[in-house]
Amino acid sequence: MKRLQPHTGLQIDGFTLGEKLHQGGFASIWEVSHPAHDLPMVMKVPTIMDGYDGPTIVGFEVEQMILSRLSGPHVPGVVGHGDFATLPYLAIERIDGGSLYVRFKAAPLPLPDLVDLAARMAAALHAVHKQGVIHFDLKPDNFLQRPSGEVVLIDYGLSRHEALPDLLDEEFTIPMGTFPYIAPEQYLRQRKDLRSDIYALGAMMYELATGGMPFGQPHSLKEVRKRLWRDPVPPRLLRPELPEWLQEVILRAMEVDPARRYQSAAQLMYDLQNPVQVRLTARGRRAVVQSWGQIWRQWRKMRGVRRFAEPPAMGTQIARAPILMVAVDLSPDQEKLSKALLTSVKRMLSIEPDARVAVVNVIKGSRLGLDPTTDAEGNNLHVSRLLGLRSWAEGLELPEGLLTFTVLEGVDPGQVLIDHAAHAQVDHILMGARGHSGTRRFLGSVSAQVVAEAACSVTVIRLPDTPAAPPERHDPEIWR
Amino acid sequence: MRLAILTDIHANKEAFLAVLADLEGRAVDKIVLLGDLVGYGPDPEYCTDKAADLVAKGAIAVRGNHDEAILRRDPTFSKSALTALDWTRPRLTAAQAAFLGSLPMQADLEDVMFVHASPQDPGGWIYVDSRTKAVGALRATQARVIFCGHVHRPQLYAMDRSGQVNDLVIPFGQDLPLIASRRWVAVVGAVGQPRDGNPAAGYALYDQARAEMAFRRVPYDAGATATKIRQCGLPESLALRVLSGGAS
Repeated sequence: MKRLQPHTGLQIDGFTLGEKLHQGGFASIWEVSHPAHDLPMVMKVPTIMDGYDGPTIVGFEVEQMILSRLSGPHVPGVVGHGDFATLPYLAIERIDGGSLYVRFKAAPLPLPDLVDLAARMAAALHAVHKQGVIHFDLKPDNFLQRPSGEVVLIDYGLSRHEALPDLLDEEFTIPMGTFPYIAPEQYLRQRKDLRSDIYALGAMMYELATGGMPFGQPHSLKEVRKRLWRDPVPPRLLRPELPEWLQEVILRAMEVDPARRYQSAAQLMYDLQNPVQVRLTARGRRAVVQSWGQIWRQWRKMRGVRRFAEPPAMGTQIARAPILMVAVDLSPDQEKLSKALLTSVKRMLSIEPDARVAVVNVIKGSRLGLDPTTDAEGNNLHVSRLLGLRSWAEGLELPEGLLTFTVLEGVDPGQVLIDHAAHAQVDHILMGARGHSGTRRFLGSVSAQVVAEAACSVTVIRLPDTPAAPPERHDPEIWR
Repeated sequence: MRLAILTDIHANKEAFLAVLADLEGRAVDKIVLLGDLVGYGPDPEYCTDKAADLVAKGAIAVRGNHDEAILRRDPTFSKSALTALDWTRPRLTAAQAAFLGSLPMQADLEDVMFVHASPQDPGGWIYVDSRTKAVGALRATQARVIFCGHVHRPQLYAMDRSGQVNDLVIPFGQDLPLIASRRWVAVVGAVGQPRDGNPAAGYALYDQARAEMAFRRVPYDAGATATKIRQCGLPESLALRVLSGGAS
């Protein structure tokens, strides 16, 4: 069969090519229609040089394999693909909101915009990671936006699926990625670590925050290598009005050693959504440029490094860094139960040391619309609950802000917990169940509601010897 | 069309039945048997009859070296293999032996080829156990995908557009798209006598429309098979191999 060249009006496998939308280095993008497919689509056609153009072909093969495995709002849907014998192409859903490149052009962004955008990028990345794929080429052009605001990750030509063979690793011996954002271990040709994507996301957040790339625009691999020992200029030196917490988040994502970064995109996203909870370290407060002496010491330490410790299998890596939400009932008569809950959390942490623990309590809002945040004495109920949670958690020894406290409010405590868990990408909820009172049987218990409706795993702690409460006892406050 | 590809059943009734049970509910349209229905194991009559029954119902089957050795004794076989074949031969009826003798050396289905050993020399029983052998197999045919057995260890090879061949590791149970831009050799693991250290019965699934394949493993009662091997007076090494999935 004859090899075809793409052009407007070309018909292939039922597709009709429209205008050329974009010509990139490795592929061209065409508007395309098909009578059997009603959705807006584009066709990506790799630009194959004469002869054997290895990287482009293998990249196309990799993308074809991986994209067909991905689903959900954060990836483009695949409609069809073509063969090298005639015309290799990928027909995919068109994303109408445009690429984030424009937003990066406008950097530095105002703080709220930046945080919102970065959190949405992290959500998209986590969605892809959860499906077993590491992207390995994150850059502004590869993030598109749906009109609904969801961020879509495209271009999987350098990606890796944990359950598929890594064709790139087998055929090429040079590190591949986009120089300004490539992670140190990716430079060292390690292609197994989802935390490489966290690094790239950190580098992009740096750009959104400061308007500049953390290491400029390196032109050679030798320049890329320098990020093994050179720190980027702290963002707050470039833009002093940035909060320390944001610098903390960015520089943590960009740690040279993957083990010191966020261990999942969901954990990064959690910090962006809960800035008050970010625990500041020297990173966040750093206000000077790395001195020549420091650079030299770092260089001595890093120059011989050939690889970093690899994470366990990818699914395990995500499972090892779960977000646990612990719903604590602070009622005085539930002390035993909350202690039992604490013991369970400790046990869980002993097997999942990278877990992040979000401790929450719900203030049950009044249906009559009275302000529930101030109690009769005028003490702020919110603050007293926070202090209660903190004192409950004493003894949970968690490093680096892996422990957060949130007081939620709402009329329906079960629903509040379920919604918060979904919003914060919680993997596992732990909560106590009170005894079996008649009222509870009548109204339904909070824990039963959470177990039935939450989208994640739920563990309910019960005291073995809880006596059944007398049925006549009036118990209007199910959850305190 | 969805294919289930089984090879090297080696008269292991328990493993054979376990794999057939695993196929139920997987919407398989056609079963392919890549040969070596007999040899090593204690149930050659049952396995031959079952295979003939499947073929009568539309299954594809090709001939293996042990099937052929029922008709012509081949002294180059290993000692335990010879012992087992000499034990097997008188047990089979003329019809069963004729069925084994009627099996073709290879079969094709669109762009897929089925052969017991290697298309390079189907009667030479070449083990496709290296990249070089995979290159040889691919050069000998126009088929885009080759399914073969004989090695008793599952392995996948891919030839890219430059002609370079890689061996690829894929986890069991994972669907792998055999992308159109490459040519593939899938060495299917043995049903009846795995030798990759995992005693569970091996086979492969291939979805022709999606061009996706998966290697699968099915645990079965290898203890029962080993007991039968001992009761039949077959070499102890054959019982141990079934139990351990041992590489030897």
